[in-house]
Amino acid sequence: MIPGAVDKAWLIPLFPLAGAVFLLLLGKRAGRAAGPIATLMMGAAFVTGVVTFVQVTHQPAGQRSFVKPLYSWITSGKFHVGADLRIDPLSLMMVLVVTGVGFLIHLYSVGYMHGDPRYPRYFAYLNLFAFSMLVLVLANNFLILYAGWELVGLCSYLLIGFWFERRAAASAAKKAFITNRVGDFGFAIGIILIFVSVGSLDFDRVFGAIPGLGHGTVTAIALLLFAGACGKSAQIPLHVWLPDAMEGPTPVSALIHAATMVTAGVYMVARSHVIFDFSSSARDVVMWISIATALMAALIAFVQDDIKRVLAYSTISQLGFMFVALGVGTYTAGTFHLVTHAFFKALLFLGAGSVMHALGGETDMTKMGGLAKKIPWTAAVMIAGWLAIIGFPGTSGFFSKDQILEGAYVTHHYTIWALLLVATVGTGFYMSRLIFLTFFGKSRLDPSVHPHESPPVMGFPLGILAALALVGGLLGVSAHSGALQHWLTTPGPSAEPGSTLLSAPLPSAPEGHGGLSAPVLSTIATAAGLAGVAAAAFMYLGGFDWARRRERPGILWRAARQRLYVDSFYEFLFTGAGKLGATALAFVVDQLWIDGVVNWVGKGMALLSGAVRRVQTGYVRTYALGILAGGVMVVGLLVGRTH
Amino acid sequence: MIDPFAVLTLGSTLFILGALGVLLRRNAIIIFMSIELMLNAVNLTLVSFARMNGNLDGQVLAFFVIIVAAAEVVVGLAIIMSLYRRKASASVDDARIMKW
Repeated sequence: MIPGAVDKAWLIPLFPLAGAVFLLLLGKRAGRAAGPIATLMMGAAFVTGVVTFVQVTHQPAGQRSFVKPLYSWITSGKFHVGADLRIDPLSLMMVLVVTGVGFLIHLYSVGYMHGDPRYPRYFAYLNLFAFSMLVLVLANNFLILYAGWELVGLCSYLLIGFWFERRAAASAAKKAFITNRVGDFGFAIGIILIFVSVGSLDFDRVFGAIPGLGHGTVTAIALLLFAGACGKSAQIPLHVWLPDAMEGPTPVSALIHAATMVTAGVYMVARSHVIFDFSSSARDVVMWISIATALMAALIAFVQDDIKRVLAYSTISQLGFMFVALGVGTYTAGTFHLVTHAFFKALLFLGAGSVMHALGGETDMTKMGGLAKKIPWTAAVMIAGWLAIIGFPGTSGFFSKDQILEGAYVTHHYTIWALLLVATVGTGFYMSRLIFLTFFGKSRLDPSVHPHESPPVMGFPLGILAALALVGGLLGVSAHSGALQHWLTTPGPSAEPGSTLLSAPLPSAPEGHGGLSAPVLSTIATAAGLAGVAAAAFMYLGGFDWARRRERPGILWRAARQRLYVDSFYEFLFTGAGKLGATALAFVVDQLWIDGVVNWVGKGMALLSGAVRRVQTGYVRTYALGILAGGVMVVGLLVGRTH
Repeated sequence: MIDPFAVLTLGSTLFILGALGVLLRRNAIIIFMSIELMLNAVNLTLVSFARMNGNLDGQVLAFFVIIVAAAEVVVGLAIIMSLYRRKASASVDDARIMKW
């Protein structure tokens, strides 16, 4: 039986959709009411989500997966796609993150976007994004998921380019959109391959049919899906768009490019974990790509001066952590990190926005310093986020990052584990660098800037998120007995073989027998994070003169400053080669071939008609002779035929 | 009774004379008269064939030709008149403007 709230789950995406449609129709007339309206809609969606969640928790464990059909979207022969909602532990977790964090960011935006000339449009887009993201996580088949996937991509484009008067913002929006197309192309082919080999796109049917497919097919599907995830979640080689996406308003970076949209790839891989379970080679690819991403992004984050760009590279790095967890098969650790990351990274971004707000839009950390005294509340919440991300014992990041490392260790991926430790040191370093440069040390502010604390409408969401970042780890204190892990791994209605209803619980971290026990692993991971903090403290709090050291940059520093030349390489390969190819095509195909054919047809006709028109002499006699000759010829033919 | 073959010979002789007139003369009136000559040569032939076949089909057709020729005279003479007014000449060679 479907509980009442689950039956009404379609209300969850409907609220933000209604808000978006309403605000888009109203346009500028919405005025200052736009912010509260949009926030209210998110609040309503969150409350509906919570009610649904509570009702589902009252269901007996093992019967918490529901499919709510809304209507039949496409029916063509055997191909059937229903607009169905899937309510199960994983999708509910995402719904609560999206609507909860989304609500707080909406609230923050009311203060942050105050006075923007396109204030109503901003909230319309933000609500549209929330709707799209909810469609993505509530989808019950790959096509609806793909629709939501593309919709969030569109909203991302619209919001990155929200201040489109700035050339950088407009280009960043295009870059994000086009880079995502590359991944989405793979994703689309993956979906087509699923349909060709399974004959359906419904999750239950697809996952039920996966064991019957060949290993090669499953690997191909998994890799194509991961290509999509690479684009959306900014993994190598498609990570280049995320740092540029910081051109959008800061709450957008918090909501879309830190907390929710970029984790869609993690969600999708976790949702399709049955596919990845059946292909260890695909999981190895995921694992190695994501650990490389985590390390590379951390390295680049070391040398960024823009506060938002440090956070952007940090996001890429943390997404790498999540994918490593998925790659080694500990899906709960990955999704748990997704949740805690949503808390602390949204907090850090909003805090960075608050800093920018205080300084009148300044983002360069070399021009900050000593702000802790001037904006104490922002500093306090940012420090809470910092403690969470470096994995300070007791905070949310401590538990989730710990489980990722533990998962890598107990599944015997020792190299990965060691590399994760390096990335953890890196996380500790670049985040501490950000905090120390911004809030501590001597003030390097422009004397004309007078920092002021943000209004309560911005401060309140920061406080809530800070609390979540600090205590959110209690959701999943241990890989085996945490509440979240239990919630996610409780099996759905188990089905007899061949049944279309296949439960897809997330497997918990396997009980491993590594050489080191969990507490020891935990201590090592924490020590790694704190080592990074210590290094940053030496460089940026102690007597070290980092500003002078920078005048003699090393080769690695310069490479990291240039984003390890990846963007330049792409520019050379695609823009440069593309331009060259386009020029060649323009000359050979367009001018020589297409234009040539057209021109020669014209010239040929002119020559031919120049010859033929001589027939028209204007003498009636000539025409009459022609008629006579023709007549004689016809009669001659007729006579000749009869004889 | 007249031999039909003689009539046919007369008809074709008149037709050839008319055709030569159309091709060789320049005066529009003469050309016009030559066309009439050709039409009537055909009429003669038609009537002769009707006689040979013993039915009235050819004669009926000849009447049609006479009617059409009458209409043609009206139009043709009007064209020649307006040509003369414009060019002060009835020579077809002077109406040589529709050419390349």
